[in-house]
Amino acid sequence: MAVITASRAHRGPNRLRRRIGDNLRAYLFLAAGLASFALFSWYPLVKGVILSFQQDNLVVPPYWVGLDNFRALFADPLFFTAWRNTLEFTGLALVFGYAVPFVVAIVINEFRHLKGYFRIAVYLPVMLPPIVSVLLWQYFYDPGSGLFNSVLGALHLPTSDWTQSPRMAMISLVLVSTWSNMGGATIMYLAGLSTIPSELYEAAELDGASVWQRVRYVTLPQMRFVLLALLLLQIVATMQVFIEPYQLTGTTNEETITVMVLIYRYAFTVNNDFGLAAAMSVLLFVVLAAFSAVYLRLTRNAD
Amino acid sequence: MNRAKLGKALGLALAVGMTTATAACGGGQESEPVAGGPVTITVNGLPAATDEFNRAHFEADVKAFEAKYPNIKIDAKEGLMDPQTFSAKLAGGQLEDVFYVYLTDAQNLIAKRQVSDVSAQLADFPVTKDYKPGLMKVFSDDTGKIYGLPDENYSLGLIYNRKLYQQAGLDVNKPPATWAEVREHAKKISALGKDIVGYGDYSKSNTGGWHFTAELYSIGGDVAVKEGDTWKAAFNNDKGRQVLQQLKDMRFTDNTMGKRQLLEYDDLIKLMATDKLGLYVGSTGDMSNIVNQFKGTFADYGLGPIPDGQGTLGGGSGYMFKAGLSPEKIKAGLTWLTFKKNPDRIGPDNEKAAAKGLPVGLPEPNVWTGASEQKLLDATKKYANLPSENFAPFAAATAAIPLKLEPPNAQQVYAALDPVMQKVLTDPNADIGRLLTDAEKQVNQILSSVK
Repeated sequence: MAVITASRAHRGPNRLRRRIGDNLRAYLFLAAGLASFALFSWYPLVKGVILSFQQDNLVVPPYWVGLDNFRALFADPLFFTAWRNTLEFTGLALVFGYAVPFVVAIVINEFRHLKGYFRIAVYLPVMLPPIVSVLLWQYFYDPGSGLFNSVLGALHLPTSDWTQSPRMAMISLVLVSTWSNMGGATIMYLAGLSTIPSELYEAAELDGASVWQRVRYVTLPQMRFVLLALLLLQIVATMQVFIEPYQLTGTTNEETITVMVLIYRYAFTVNNDFGLAAAMSVLLFVVLAAFSAVYLRLTRNAD
Repeated sequence: MNRAKLGKALGLALAVGMTTATAACGGGQESEPVAGGPVTITVNGLPAATDEFNRAHFEADVKAFEAKYPNIKIDAKEGLMDPQTFSAKLAGGQLEDVFYVYLTDAQNLIAKRQVSDVSAQLADFPVTKDYKPGLMKVFSDDTGKIYGLPDENYSLGLIYNRKLYQQAGLDVNKPPATWAEVREHAKKISALGKDIVGYGDYSKSNTGGWHFTAELYSIGGDVAVKEGDTWKAAFNNDKGRQVLQQLKDMRFTDNTMGKRQLLEYDDLIKLMATDKLGLYVGSTGDMSNIVNQFKGTFADYGLGPIPDGQGTLGGGSGYMFKAGLSPEKIKAGLTWLTFKKNPDRIGPDNEKAAAKGLPVGLPEPNVWTGASEQKLLDATKKYANLPSENFAPFAAATAAIPLKLEPPNAQQVYAALDPVMQKVLTDPNADIGRLLTDAEKQVNQILSSVK
């Protein structure tokens, strides 16, 4: 900030040169980060867009095919299946993954004791490598001798085929994803909750507000911004779901194939067509970029 | 805000970047032959440096070969046949002079005239007459001209767990010969309880389509047939329905396939290795994986022929010669191949492998007939460190079962057939007729792009 203030003080004919001179150190500090971004983020991004208009097998020079890849996408019935499934996953993930961490955060926040313990307990699954979480749940879901059906059976409750049942497959994936990712959201909610001035609750309590009324009239309005930010972040994250369907139901399951799984299929296991995969990636990019733009717009206003 | 940008950028990098993950490309310029001088040929198949034993073996071969034939120099390259780069290397003229191919690709290369006819030179190498005629046909055209030689082969049979067979009171030396017997044996093995699965099958990430194909072949069916110049799906018929109906009956009527489905390659290997599975369709390579990955012993497993035995899905590899090679180079290439793959070497090679603790005694690969096959069988018997009698039912039947290759665009076809297996194995109300009709439409679309 000091650098910017200093540059504003110098206004004159050599303004630009001075500004660069004054900011040189800042640019140097930025250089490493910018270079990393350029190499690992922007270059692949631009390359991906170019690839989506090309036929490329990675050996002979790629050649331009115009919109052929996009036409092929729209002709593939799986294209629509994958988008429908992805939206279904995102929707379900919002129902579970968005509301559950909020409730958990409020409950943990209400604890007088052991708050630290619960915070860690909720966050632990985030620290597991995602594939480990998924393999663990694969065992839970085993319709034969899995944990869930064993427990349900012992309690004389109806069991389920979980990932193998067309009706339950998607919900099963969402449950895994929620369990493994809710820690991050919970911690952010908890941080948000801790910034709410305690006077507001005290005043509400003096007015005789019930627990529900305190949540409804104090917590929710105060958390508005965090809730909105997490909503958009979660949409962007869940639309890129890959590892749960890939490991639990595979790349050919019509009930759970998602956009990312289809991209993987196009590129690696079925079509070996990198241009087609890149075209699908570009479409996903456009959708996610739209959500990100909304997010940036909203957060800018909030600043 | 920056974090959001970072998150977005990383997310997009993941989404877009994953498709740009590049594979290293092979290359190598061809050296011009010098008139009258030594002939240099490029060959591939050199094992990677990480595969120490086989690499050293290969390099020793090159040294011994060059000492024996001072006029031929071998320029060995790593790699076999990478489906993603092969056609590009071929088009770009970057292929080795003598190159590795899968059996499934040989006919296509011959049809497109992308390989050299080696028939004229082959007469000087009498050992090549002992290759199995079925395999040589893969490397020949309609007029009998020959364009390559086989290297290895495999075919699918039935892997069974001898421990469970014993426990279930079944004859450990008599695996089922028909699908009806598979059903009966599976019932007896499932009756052992303790979550033991009688018969297992795949239905995830292309493996289901692969096994549907194999089982269809076993009862004399086909996945795709060539009509004139075009390929057509050929599974929407009684044979296709028979395969699926048997699986559905075993899964839901007999309850011998276990509740857990959506299984893929490693799942059945694990179940077999942990004695939780009685039977499944597999090859000698799968048996090696069961033993190697789980420190098991070959003595616990047996290999029978594919049930019904009308045909078996198999494959393998061989070497072909780049189009436009000079007769000298073809001759040098054939000299190399017959040096490397020679019935007289099987004994010493087996001795080395056995000394290293590598398995010797599996019934496949076996590309030979006649006197050469006898040499193979003798050398295998002499150095076998595996109980060969466990694979005898497979070895005895395999010569009479026709080998059938994978359909064209195999992975796409398998991906389209996978959901059929999934539905049949997970949904008791699956409508087999409709599943086959839907899959037929998709497979015909995939096959329409085959030239």
